Amino acid sequence: MVGLIAKKLGMTRFFDEKTGNSVAVTVLEAGPCVVTQVKTEEIDGYTAVQLGFGQKKEKRTSKAILGHLAKSAAKPLYLMREFRDFVSAAPLKLGDEVKADVFSVGDQVSISGISKGKGFAGVVKRHHFNGGPVTHGQSDRLRAPGSLGQSSYPSRVYKGLRMAGRMGNEKVTVSGLKVVKVDIENNLLLIKGAIPGANQGYVLIKK
Amino acid sequence: MNKIEAFAASQSKSDIPDFHSGDTLAVHVKVVEGDKERIQIFEGVVINRRGAGLDETFTVRKISQGIGVERIFLLHSPNIAKIERVREGRVRRAKLFYLRGLRGKAARISEKR
Repeated sequence: MVGLIAKKLGMTRFFDEKTGNSVAVTVLEAGPCVVTQVKTEEIDGYTAVQLGFGQKKEKRTSKAILGHLAKSAAKPLYLMREFRDFVSAAPLKLGDEVKADVFSVGDQVSISGISKGKGFAGVVKRHHFNGGPVTHGQSDRLRAPGSLGQSSYPSRVYKGLRMAGRMGNEKVTVSGLKVVKVDIENNLLLIKGAIPGANQGYVLIKK
Repeated sequence: MNKIEAFAASQSKSDIPDFHSGDTLAVHVKVVEGDKERIQIFEGVVINRRGAGLDETFTVRKISQGIGVERIFLLHSPNIAKIERVREGRVRRAKLFYLRGLRGKAARISEKR
């Protein structure tokens, strides 16, 4: 597996070099990520690398984290995440930089991010209910959830019934996304279509 | 300029002529047939120009065999080889959708002088 931590910059369009067609793309600032820990079968029981990305003030970083980062001589990082069974040409060492060139054009990747928070949302928005009728003497039924269940039996509402509540601000993974362009110089990665989360949010890309 | 704007700028064209609604344009469009590429010219009146940056589009209207034909072009599309301004028209609005309801002599636009 190959992975990277990236920052979602926003969406724009990309003109395909071959056909000239316009493709809607999300622009990601992908890496360079620093290898902050290498986990091995002998010591940890599984293989993985921990990558770090983003800037953070030193005074906002705890001493424990600073001590951990001192091993790889990395500056305080905003985000550190582990990628299991990371495949690389040469074995990664502490302090190595992983750049966007681990991906190539045409790769299918999955991207996880924290979705935009929608607050306390009703059932129409949250679960795609149809809401109630608009006409025929209805009042207060436009976006109502309808019946919650039966009557004397079971005399209760079933667990897990879809209702209004907090929506968004959760981890969302979208798979099968296509890499359209890799720009090593500017550390940009162009992905076809939309990805979860707000602009300037951090996402994990995996292949 | 942030990174996304810089990326958009790297894709945009710099050789776009100055044109407005009411102008008559000859748009040289690249057409791919099989593995051959040729240029097709679409000539007509600009009736709409909207958007900004890479998303900017313009609409060209012409009467082809008695039927009104409109084509919306992406201004920065690489499929547009060249934009030629044939005639500068004098109009008093930015959107000339009223031309759709007119035909013949009534749909003429006077030249700017």
